[in-house]
Amino acid sequence: MALFESLTGRLQAITERMRGRTRVTEQDLKAMTREIRLALLEADVNYQVVRDLVADINERCAGMEVMESLTPGQQVVKYVHEAIVDLLSIGNNKLALSPSGFTVIMLYGLQGSGKTTMAAKLARHLKETGRRPLLTSVDVHRPAAALQLEILAQPLGVEVYSEPQNRDAVEIARNAVARARYLMRDVLIVDTAGRMTVDNELMDELKAIAAVVKPTQKLLIVDAMIGQEAVNIALAFDQAVGLDGYIMTKLDGDARGGAALSIAKMTGKPIKFIGTGERVEDIEAYDPERMASRILGMGDVLSLIEKASRHLDEKKAQQTLERLQKNQFSLQDMLEQFEQVQKMGSLRDLVGMIPGVNQKKLAETDVDDSIVDRNMAIIRSMTPRERENPKLLNASRRRRIALGSGTTVQQVNQLVNQYEQTARMMRSFTGGGSKRGRRRGRGGLPGMGGFPF
Amino acid sequence: MSLLNRFRKGLEKTRNFISEGIRQLQVALGHYDEEMLDELEMLLVQADLGVPAATQVMDRVRAAIRSERNDREDFVHARLAAAVQEILGPKRELRLAPDRLNILLLVGVNGSGKTTTAGKLALRYGREGKRVLLAAADTFRAAAIEQLEVWSERSGAPMIRHATGADPAAVVFDAISAARARSADVLIVDTAGRLQTKQNLMAELAKIRRIIGREAPDALCQTLLTLDATTGQNALSQARLFSEAAEVNGLILTKLDGNSKGGIAVAVAWTLPEIPILLAGLGEGAEDLMDFDPEAFARSLLPEPRNG
Ligand SMILES: Nc1nc2c(ncn2[C@@H]2O[C@H](COP(=O)(O)OP(=O)(O)OP(=O)(O)O)[C@@H](O)[C@H]2O)c(=O)[nH]1
Ligand SMILES: Nc1nc2c(ncn2[C@@H]2O[C@H](COP(=O)(O)OP(=O)(O)OP(=O)(O)O)[C@@H](O)[C@H]2O)c(=O)[nH]1
Ligand SMILES: [Mg+2]
Ligand SMILES: [Mg+2]
Repeated sequence: MALFESLTGRLQAITERMRGRTRVTEQDLKAMTREIRLALLEADVNYQVVRDLVADINERCAGMEVMESLTPGQQVVKYVHEAIVDLLSIGNNKLALSPSGFTVIMLYGLQGSGKTTMAAKLARHLKETGRRPLLTSVDVHRPAAALQLEILAQPLGVEVYSEPQNRDAVEIARNAVARARYLMRDVLIVDTAGRMTVDNELMDELKAIAAVVKPTQKLLIVDAMIGQEAVNIALAFDQAVGLDGYIMTKLDGDARGGAALSIAKMTGKPIKFIGTGERVEDIEAYDPERMASRILGMGDVLSLIEKASRHLDEKKAQQTLERLQKNQFSLQDMLEQFEQVQKMGSLRDLVGMIPGVNQKKLAETDVDDSIVDRNMAIIRSMTPRERENPKLLNASRRRRIALGSGTTVQQVNQLVNQYEQTARMMRSFTGGGSKRGRRRGRGGLPGMGGFPF
Repeated sequence: MSLLNRFRKGLEKTRNFISEGIRQLQVALGHYDEEMLDELEMLLVQADLGVPAATQVMDRVRAAIRSERNDREDFVHARLAAAVQEILGPKRELRLAPDRLNILLLVGVNGSGKTTTAGKLALRYGREGKRVLLAAADTFRAAAIEQLEVWSERSGAPMIRHATGADPAAVVFDAISAARARSADVLIVDTAGRLQTKQNLMAELAKIRRIIGREAPDALCQTLLTLDATTGQNALSQARLFSEAAEVNGLILTKLDGNSKGGIAVAVAWTLPEIPILLAGLGEGAEDLMDFDPEAFARSLLPEPRNG
């Protein structure tokens, strides 16, 4: 599948040329770092950050020996991944609550980045963890801003303090603090209007609001789709009012979210949460490993695997694993896996969840659920002996199977090739039956051709 | 103030970044060398042009330097602006059909500026003396209808609404009948924000587009995609996938008054030249909507010529 424009994919061609060599030459490395640079820029990682990172990778990889268990491409990806995880692991990813017992969380950011939605999400999260939050909207600029927050908060049973007629954001903020104290709430979440940092008037307003509410946590809300400017925006907010951390929203799409890396690197501030949908329950803890994979275009493979495992029949999976380790993965196992995949829902939707998947190619490619159906039909047309021993599948048997399953010989061949590829790949993941080193079990989804990382 | 000047003014806060960068290049004795050209290319990448479009621009600049044997600063800058402008193509305006109903369908990812732009367009056409109708087809987001209602009041354009949670296609259906009954000139449809990878939401949009085609076959329907100027390379995926679902006829680059230079517009124009950029959003106010001007945009990427 040429679906993945992941770094691993990009490095594949270079790796091919290096086949058989034991040492990565300077030229190989140069070609690889070029690809790394392009991949990171495509993910909207800030140019300066890319430059530093590439220099770092260069240093780490110079004269690198080719390990037996990994291709040089994979090895470099591993380094890059590690370097990014390191950068993304800065600071404390938990909300800091005030020891005084009264915490103020102020959310700010550009227009439309997801502040109001996140304010409600945080209220929900805090309430679930036993706090008694009060929300307030001090957005006097956007039409129906306070009402939006009220509608979001209403089903949560969290009160919103607002003064829709008042045009003075600072005054509302002051009154909100008084109200929160009067109601003896332990957290006040302040939703501010969206603003550009080049807008001096609105930046002054934000400073004045901050001076009144004295936030414990000043959090920047950034849209995952943001481009190169993210760093300057974060720095400008930091300079104006201070920055304790940031939250990235809209990570439920295919945006690579390279800004997360840029902001981490340039401000040294942690990510506190991530937003993964429009509903108030779509808030998740932040995981540097996943974010790194995402930025590198490897997709949120962990999420996929989680989703897969929720639907997997544990016992069957265990059996398959054992058979794999004994080098006995058969077409019958593959058939069972197809059945499992089908239970997880539409294949196309699953693949679509992976950021970095070229959606256009996805639309053009036949990652069609009917392929799974077709492949299942093909295997079902085989005899039990053929399923256990694909070597039996000579031309005349293949013709018979094609006829029996209403497919073509070519399609039968495709399936057998896919089986062989999968079996090979699975062996290298589990370490069973192969001299290659054991790798951590983050393999690909069985039967789908496998993900590279 | 002329429109062009207002366009430039809107871009003013934006323009300093690249031009500052260029100034800092300290072009030695007013000539560009290879290294400085590379730096220039990187400034374009930092303006969200993306590597393919930035390379394309610089290839054209380098070719001009070779063929004209001129590497002087002012020449290089002029060629840079020209290359950007070439990629953006000629200025194209949003045109209405004078003799029939016009339907403007606003689509885009969450928070990109659809509702605000719907309000701005209602005001623009109302001022031109056209009969304008708004349709609140975002029945999903909290207070989306009320937000558009404020714009309906500001612009004086009546609004067709259903309850929150209603089928957006039904809103559009009713709005088309209302537009006919009132013999409206322009019907502006505000839709819910959606990420382009969500198959079901994109299918919903395709359905809305189909219903318009079916219910108003004689109307001129134009799908307009709002694109936040601060967006990075994901905009390419947005433009592509929204086009596939709802036949995008033009782009609206919003929030150009802000931090970003909107260089992503060049990347989109380079990758999808068939979709013109028609309008620019330059603020949150009702009047902050301009026709997109490729020339002014290209020039805004460059520093003012030095005096003397
Ligand atoms: N898909 C998705 N949409 C989101 C997410 N967070 C917010 N949104 C949507 O993004 C749009 C903007 O969100 P808001 O919460 O209104 O953003 P805001 O920052 O308060 O906007 P302003 O107050 O206008 O500056 C809405 O359509 C939200 O439903 C997310 O994590 N995923
Ligand atoms: N500075 C600036 N802000 C803008 C511009 N256009 C829209 N906004 C602001 O961006 C935020 C989001 O705008 P909306 O019009 O609500 O965006 P939307 O696409 O309708 O959002 P959803 O319906 O939630 O998907 C609001 O705060 C607007 O005031 C613009 O051109 N410049
Ligand atoms: Mg808001
Ligand atoms: Mg809207």
